Amino acid sequence: MENRNMIAIESFCRYHRVEETFVFSVQEIGLIQLEIIENSLFISEDKLSDLEKILRLHRELDINPEGIGVVLQLLDNIESLQQENQNLRNKLRRFEL
Amino acid sequence: MKLIFKLLIIFLAMEFIDYYKILGIEKTVSEAEIKKAYRTLARKYHPDLNPNDKDAEMKFKQVNEANEVLSDPEKRKKYDQYGKDWRHADQFEKQGYQQRRESGSAGQRAYSGRFTESDFSDFFSSMFGGGQGDYFGGGRQDVQYKGADYKSHLHLKLKDVYKTKKHTVTVDGKNLRINVPAGIEDGQTIKIRGYGGEGANGGPKGDLFITFVIQNNTDFMREGNDLHRQVDLDLYTAVLGGELIVDTFDGKVKLKVAPGTQNDTSVRLKGKGFPVYKKEGEFGDLYVKYKIKIPDTISEKEKELFSELQKLAHHGK
Repeated sequence: MENRNMIAIESFCRYHRVEETFVFSVQEIGLIQLEIIENSLFISEDKLSDLEKILRLHRELDINPEGIGVVLQLLDNIESLQQENQNLRNKLRRFEL
Repeated sequence: MKLIFKLLIIFLAMEFIDYYKILGIEKTVSEAEIKKAYRTLARKYHPDLNPNDKDAEMKFKQVNEANEVLSDPEKRKKYDQYGKDWRHADQFEKQGYQQRRESGSAGQRAYSGRFTESDFSDFFSSMFGGGQGDYFGGGRQDVQYKGADYKSHLHLKLKDVYKTKKHTVTVDGKNLRINVPAGIEDGQTIKIRGYGGEGANGGPKGDLFITFVIQNNTDFMREGNDLHRQVDLDLYTAVLGGELIVDTFDGKVKLKVAPGTQNDTSVRLKGKGFPVYKKEGEFGDLYVKYKIKIPDTISEKEKELFSELQKLAHHGK
């Protein structure tokens, strides 16, 4: 039942023509989490887009896994700052009423 | 003859795109310099690094297309040969017509693994017969590729998203009925799997991303699941206390006003706010702020009574 929402890393690598070692290296530095089911590695479907994003950054911008880690962290920071900014704008609008 | 003439007109109408200009390089640069220019611009405009920035996405698309052509020596040679002056090259026109007739599909779309607007350059697809490459720029014939993801905006009013409702969105000329859960936020994007472009070589279809643009034309200010509004309170009720009927988002409620209520006092009406997204039956709160209205015109009698009150207040002190 659980396997239905999981994607085998082997299939992912075949589909995207990427070495499994790349996926392992991003797992090692904690960018993704893999699960072992019956001796095979899987990634949950909801995390698939994260892994594809990592692969795009690697292939299209030539960024190594460590660099991708920094990029993702900075993107997270930007997102929370934008969210905070939006909340403050909303609050400010209330006072302007 | 008519067909040839038509195709010629279409061909001539295609806008020339200067790929060298897009990459900011001279025509004479080496392959390494093209790569360097591409990398620099790709880093700047990459959609993953510029989420929700349509301009950056378009620029990245242009940069990618320029790189696809200029980084391939064969394509670059063709481009250099017919590039800017291709309109005047009879031979090229004939060749172009021939190529398109052979491909059997004048309107063939270039496959793109990423982009929603899949027709950046007809010139590119007609010259090189489509197939800009795979998601990661490979361009292998035998691999299955996921179709392009489509992006769309759905404009709704705040009242439209107070309850779960079906709405119609038009994507690629087709109408699609989607269920919009109550409580969806302005700027929120939902993904509908498999409603994007067709995959290549039997690959899966892309996904559809719908971003909601929610216009608030009500007196309520939305902040997450909470709503805020101001209501006028007359001076007498503020001083003496009383009752007040207030509009909430789905009806009216009667509020008890405490004697001596001050201006800008805020009261919270629990569960009278906006529905919580995908949590049926859960609602945020409604905050009502009182704005006390001081009468700007008063009768002689009222003036008399206010003066008496004033004296009484001073006397009391």
